[in-house]
Amino acid sequence: MTATRTETEETVARTEKELLDAAEPVGSSRSERLSALVQQHGALAVLVIVSAVASLSFDSFATGDNLSNMATSSAFLAVVALGMTFVIITGGIDLSVGSLFALGGVLAAWGSQYGTLVALLLPMAVCGLIGVVNGLLIARSRLAPFIVTLAAMLGARGLMLSLTDEGANTYLVAKGSFLAELGQGTTLGLGNPVWITLALFVAGAVVLRRSRFGQHVYAVGGNEDAAALMGAPVARTKIIVYTLSGVLAGLAGALNAAWLASGVTILGNGMELEAISAVVIGGTLLTGGLGYVSGSLVGVLLLKVIQNVINQIGSLDSSYQQVVSGAFLAVVVIAQTWLGRRRQLL
Amino acid sequence: MAEAAIRPAALDRARVLQWMQTYGVYAGVAVLLVVNIAVTPHFLSAENFRTQAVQVAPVIIVALGMALAIGTEGIDLSVGAVMALAASVTALYLGYGLVPALLTVAVFAAVVGLANGALVAWVGVQPIVATLALMVGGRGIALVLLPQLKDLHNPALASLGSGDVLGIPYLIVIAAALALLVAFVIRRTTFGRQLLAIGDNRAAAKLAGLPVRRVLMLVYVACALLAAVAGVLATARLQASDPTSLGNLMELSAITAVVVGGTPLSGGRVNIAGTVAGAVLIQLLTATLIKHDLPPSWTQIAQAIVIVLAVYAARGRGKR
Amino acid sequence: MAPSAEVLTVRGLSKSFPGVRALDGVDLALHAGEVHALIGENGAGKSTLIKVLTGVYRPDAGDITFQGRPVSFATPLEAQHAGISTIYQEVNLIPLLSVARNLFLGREPRNRFGLLDFGRMHREAEESLRAYGVRVDVRQPLRTLGVGAQQMVALARAVATDARVVIMDEPTSSLEPREVETLFEVIRRLRADGIAVIYVSHRLDELYAMCDTVTVLRDGCRVHTGPLAELDRLTLVSTMLGRDLGEVRSEGLTKFTGDHHAADSVPVLSARDLTVPHKLHGVSLDIRPGEVVGLGGLLGSGRTETAKAISGALASKAASVTVAGVPLRAGSTPAAIRAGISLLPEDRKSEGIVPGLSVRENIALAALPRLSRFGLVSEAQVDKIVDTFVKRLRIKASSPYQKVGELSGGNQQKVLLARWLAMNPKVLLLDEPTRGIDVGAKAEVQKLVDELAEDGLGVLLISSDLEELIEGSDRVVVLKDGAVVGELTGDDVTEDKLMQTIAAGSPAPGAAGEVTRHG
Repeated sequence: MTATRTETEETVARTEKELLDAAEPVGSSRSERLSALVQQHGALAVLVIVSAVASLSFDSFATGDNLSNMATSSAFLAVVALGMTFVIITGGIDLSVGSLFALGGVLAAWGSQYGTLVALLLPMAVCGLIGVVNGLLIARSRLAPFIVTLAAMLGARGLMLSLTDEGANTYLVAKGSFLAELGQGTTLGLGNPVWITLALFVAGAVVLRRSRFGQHVYAVGGNEDAAALMGAPVARTKIIVYTLSGVLAGLAGALNAAWLASGVTILGNGMELEAISAVVIGGTLLTGGLGYVSGSLVGVLLLKVIQNVINQIGSLDSSYQQVVSGAFLAVVVIAQTWLGRRRQLL
Repeated sequence: MAEAAIRPAALDRARVLQWMQTYGVYAGVAVLLVVNIAVTPHFLSAENFRTQAVQVAPVIIVALGMALAIGTEGIDLSVGAVMALAASVTALYLGYGLVPALLTVAVFAAVVGLANGALVAWVGVQPIVATLALMVGGRGIALVLLPQLKDLHNPALASLGSGDVLGIPYLIVIAAALALLVAFVIRRTTFGRQLLAIGDNRAAAKLAGLPVRRVLMLVYVACALLAAVAGVLATARLQASDPTSLGNLMELSAITAVVVGGTPLSGGRVNIAGTVAGAVLIQLLTATLIKHDLPPSWTQIAQAIVIVLAVYAARGRGKR
Repeated sequence: MAPSAEVLTVRGLSKSFPGVRALDGVDLALHAGEVHALIGENGAGKSTLIKVLTGVYRPDAGDITFQGRPVSFATPLEAQHAGISTIYQEVNLIPLLSVARNLFLGREPRNRFGLLDFGRMHREAEESLRAYGVRVDVRQPLRTLGVGAQQMVALARAVATDARVVIMDEPTSSLEPREVETLFEVIRRLRADGIAVIYVSHRLDELYAMCDTVTVLRDGCRVHTGPLAELDRLTLVSTMLGRDLGEVRSEGLTKFTGDHHAADSVPVLSARDLTVPHKLHGVSLDIRPGEVVGLGGLLGSGRTETAKAISGALASKAASVTVAGVPLRAGSTPAAIRAGISLLPEDRKSEGIVPGLSVRENIALAALPRLSRFGLVSEAQVDKIVDTFVKRLRIKASSPYQKVGELSGGNQQKVLLARWLAMNPKVLLLDEPTRGIDVGAKAEVQKLVDELAEDGLGVLLISSDLEELIEGSDRVVVLKDGAVVGELTGDDVTEDKLMQTIAAGSPAPGAAGEVTRHG
């Protein structure tokens, strides 16, 4: 009995460690290991440095209010980025999430008159359905992901606009409702959306690392043909991934609407770009097959901290944010490509 | 020719799709024209055609560049941002005269194109990602240069936007000339052949000694320059520089025009006439819906459906 | 061999693709504990048959009976679950995933919460791989393993899934001799366990060493099935090729006429110290005008890399390549081409043809700058060149405007040869010039290589087909592990000597430069 227990304990200890570095490519040489390290933890290092510099430079940066605000405003993008992480690991891309985010917000605000359950489930259902269509077109009809989701981006925005009289009509979330509390209330000093986001990320990490579905996600992105021959359900995996991305984008929109107490129609423009940037900055390979949920969270935080810093520098226009994001994305992608090429040689 | 002999009749569906891909866009344009002439009041007027053509001209110009990028199995998402950048730079340098302003725009666009091209050709980043960086950053730079809408009062620029030769607006003349030029380049020049070969089989092109990197760089520079031309023309027509919204979703319209026009996303083939027709098709679709008082949101949904149909028809063909 | 139960029976299997009848009423019966060789030329239908058996393709007609029940697999997964596992020619695993995850994908051990049990997975993975002579950290990504070890992982995976039938599609093509021995050991164990094996290979020695029964396919039809021991090699080859036995005896298996006269002329190509990390270690060789130099060695010995390094497609450290005495800029394909080096790449589909462009455009592709003025293509000049080579190489296309992707393999290869001949090369590097093309085209290409050498070109010939290499080359430089280990000249150019050199040679990078003669 004792022996069994120690073995289980050992297994637990080992698997806990696995949870941390299961997908980390442990290389045969030091440089391989180093590049893997940079790939996985580079964004975290940059986040720490930028945050440290920011708190030393601006008194108003490291205050409880500012940090909590940043956390809440990161939460919505983070939820979208979570879905995007799954999509990108399969080697795909989902450009429709920004529109789905806006659509989700409008649906949630409209649905809030029928109760919180409707307000939360309706956006997830509708956006999830659009995700299913994306997935079917990509997995079954084998159309290019970017063009399918580009069309979905357009279609979803059209749908959202036609629901709101071409954007003229803004639905409000009733004050004091449970939905409003969910979006605006705080627990232990952090906004509720932050807690929901963290819970989703933990669930996402477990699914990606510890479930068979997660293995299939990596396998499909790593080598689709081989995955199919090894018996991984390629089409099903892709459909689920795009559906998940749609559901999460809808949920993020709903939470955002709860937070703002209204379904704002002009939101979500360019959000797909932010989400992709965050995922890629977080160390997920755009070519698929390798990626980390935790990295995407770090990527989102990094983008938001940079945005915050730019706001702190009062003289800088907010459009610098876009310039910095673009530059950052370029740097990360160049680094990824070079690291990847180095590895091919080994 | 030989295809018909080899392929059994069972592949009729494939042949229908192929027909759709090659001629569907012209059929679509024809149908929309006929329908509109029949049911839309005041459709069949010179004035209306002129308006439609002037509106579609910038889309055509951007789509020409996009067709080149797609021909190399690439894509350029930064075209909308380049249009905004062109608008900003035009506004900033118009004080020195129209020509110096245009030259400065060209320099900016060339730099963007070189950056895209370098990422794609030298670093080896996937085009969609490489140009994503400048799609995000490019508009940022445009807004940093010129934070908000600015009215422009320059007679030379105004005449570029609304003048005409022999009753044909400059915009249309320029778009038509550029379309002919690009078609000529694709068909008759070494560069055109090399571009198609690179798009079809990059590895083979490389081993055949083609200057792959140089061609890719040139393609992205050409794409950015064409987008800048469109940006300047749109600015001239508005008589205002609007870096916030000019060119928004233009990458989408341009890609739609190219794909609907029968150019496969898998590269190796470029159909310029189809691209022009594709842009016209979407313009007519929008106009039809608007003229029948249908909300703009319907246009977006319709456009989404058209894109999916077009890629569906093109499915699996380019890869052969 | 006691007659045992039929595990898998195939009757009248047919499958067509646009323009090709890949399988035409094929029968196959597989018994428990039998190793069944499946052979045929490229395009005979072997891979199609395998893909139908494993659920990748649906057959147009015919039945498959597996363990007494009619089956129709819709996906590879269904076939795998039913008990038919496959090991493909190229390792078909996922390079970025860990070794253990590759081994267990789709059947991962789970704990009571339904989550993957990595501890157990890694333990079991290590155990099962040890049986295949692979000792690695199973947490490492698969791509950090050598090709042979990866193949073993694929094998372990296939066998671990309680297979009743294991299909091996050229499993040894990337294995070292030692690994081949391990593989044979595994196959013997499978046979003892009553598992049926379908073994696809072009290596006759292996077939005779391992297989009980043989089925020969030709042009999508089954042309022979029977005990392998009753068939001698020559009969086997002639059945496979569909050629008369006497013809094969009198002509040999290739169309090469034999010696050319290079004599003592100055080398047209001289390569020194070609070095590519992990692939080549100081390879040197000379080619004289009018000489066909064979490059011998096993797969992975650096033959393709040598050709690519010479042509500038692979950047080579510390190398010097001179063409007719003029040094070449390293690592530049255009420079090599301008100097007169032409490379016919091994992988025709992915590195050779531009499938969507026409025959005409493909032939003119490399020569475009010469056929243009001010960047405009001169159509008249293109026509002239295309005409010349279509006639000379007898390229069969409905018109010069037909897409190259629609041509047969042999004609595609001829188009590529035409592309390079249009450049008036001094040196031709031919990497597997006859792989995957039909017998007729093969003979034509071989004859053409002879003619070109007679016209004074220097030719480097790479071929896995030993007969072709031996009969086609005047001299064979033998590579092993990325270094030159010997050279065969004159009467020594025989299969036996070649095999001996490969077997005996140990890489000696320091001495590599000495092997080639000077003068």
